[in-house]
Amino acid sequence: MVAILYLISALLFIFALRGLSHPESSRMGNIFGVIGMIIAVFTTLMFKSVLSYYEIGAAILIGGAIGSFIALRIEMTALPQLVAAFHSLVGLAAVFVAAAAFYDPVAFSIGKVGSIKTASLVEMSIGTFIGAITFSGSVLAFGKLQGTISGKPIVFKFQHLINALIFILIIFLIVLFVINQSPTIFWTIVIISILLGFLVVIPIGGADMPVVVSMLNSYSGWAACGIGFTLSNNLLIITGALVGASGAILSYIMSKGMNRSIINVVLGGFGGEQDTSASKDNSDKIVKQGNAEDAAYIMKNADSVIIVPGYGMAVAQAQHALREMGDILKKEGIEVRYAIHPVAGRMPGHMNVLLAEANVPYEEVLELDEINHDFPMTEVSFVIGANDVTNPAAKTDESSPIFGMPILDVEKSQSVLFVKRSMATGYSGVDNELFYRDNTTMLFGDAKKMCEDIVKSLSA
Amino acid sequence: MEAHSSEVFVIGLTVFFLACIIGYYVVWSVTPALHSPLMGVTNAISSVIIVGAILAAGPQGFDTSKIFGLIGVVLASVNIFGGFLVTYRMLSMFKKKTKKTKEKE
Repeated sequence: MVAILYLISALLFIFALRGLSHPESSRMGNIFGVIGMIIAVFTTLMFKSVLSYYEIGAAILIGGAIGSFIALRIEMTALPQLVAAFHSLVGLAAVFVAAAAFYDPVAFSIGKVGSIKTASLVEMSIGTFIGAITFSGSVLAFGKLQGTISGKPIVFKFQHLINALIFILIIFLIVLFVINQSPTIFWTIVIISILLGFLVVIPIGGADMPVVVSMLNSYSGWAACGIGFTLSNNLLIITGALVGASGAILSYIMSKGMNRSIINVVLGGFGGEQDTSASKDNSDKIVKQGNAEDAAYIMKNADSVIIVPGYGMAVAQAQHALREMGDILKKEGIEVRYAIHPVAGRMPGHMNVLLAEANVPYEEVLELDEINHDFPMTEVSFVIGANDVTNPAAKTDESSPIFGMPILDVEKSQSVLFVKRSMATGYSGVDNELFYRDNTTMLFGDAKKMCEDIVKSLSA
Repeated sequence: MEAHSSEVFVIGLTVFFLACIIGYYVVWSVTPALHSPLMGVTNAISSVIIVGAILAAGPQGFDTSKIFGLIGVVLASVNIFGGFLVTYRMLSMFKKKTKKTKEKE
């Protein structure tokens, strides 16, 4: 009976993911997920060994209250760090469950204290190891996304060698742990894995965070899997594998969006501020600067506008003002669409959520491969808070660090408007030759303020 | 649940690989626009680890294992409620807008 209920729960989780294939079916999917979770929890509560309902109920209420409070209060622009924080909790929970299984193996029928089955010990320590890495890696990712810690990659000598040595040390400790089942070694594994988690994320720069967040998503799944093997629980194994696969695929999509291998991202150290030579070369080039009225004039006289949002839009919280601008343009009979680069923002799908928050119909929001061939037929590209994802150097300059990255072909539209705070380079440190083109107008200023000003000019 | 023999492990491994394959196909079918909600949902369901925490917290009396279990329950609950709710919030933003009248509630 238990196995069947767990199976139903696992199937509901699969449907929950399946629902996300379309916005219309997605809400039902989420409900499937909730039902699956309720079934899983109540099935477990029915176990004969589970007696302390009050304590468990209280724990669920406390956790649930905290979780609900955070989820309902969070600003949509802060989603990436919220997700990172949540991942850290899954990792930590995995560590605690593994520790609980270690201290009371009888409750999980995996042997007795001091004589736990070898297979369980291996699975337990792997679950602990991945859980601890997920925990500390996510905490650091959270710090970087929140801005508590600098988003710049921190690199030092022998970084990868040190990580590799620590990894070997952990394997050695796991072997030792399986042999002598010592609590000291268990906690040593936990602490060293936490350290490794920090070290793994530390060299990765802020804009590579979409990959990191997806990877940690994946790890949290594998950690659940490890615990599932320890407890011989198919539900945990299935769910863990689903989540692990999901995170892995997202990481793959994100790395591909930057034309870099996952390994390259993980090794980190990309970007930073070291590049000044490129911008010096361009210091004598002329930039055409405009203001909100110019932008309003240019767009008003166009037939079609494609808006390209980037992380800068999220930082400035400009999505609502942007949508308002789009609405006015649409009322004028101008075709307005949005083009989203796979790595725009700080987590997969970040821009889509923000635009949806601002009530932009999702039919108007298109992915790179859906819209890229429309740029030549477009009069105005309105780039707001994005830079590298439009840089033609990715196609032409083989020496450029972003060479080969798929870009949005805004250069092919008749004119380009760039909303930017300053002439600073994007995170890759590469100068964007588009800024100096004749058909480009730079609009310097805060993205939100700029959109509001354009709205004013348009309605004037 | 009784014996943790190699057979049990192989069954677990079978389930694991099949689930990975299902995950692979299901996740590729997710529309890129919903990748953020996907992270929210996967985050929530990975907290099914609460099952293990409940088992640890289950027995009466108080010992180390039970305390760890209860902490696990709290942590996983934060995620379950937080994950599903934040996904719900995201998804409700993706409702069909006024443009067409095909409102589906």
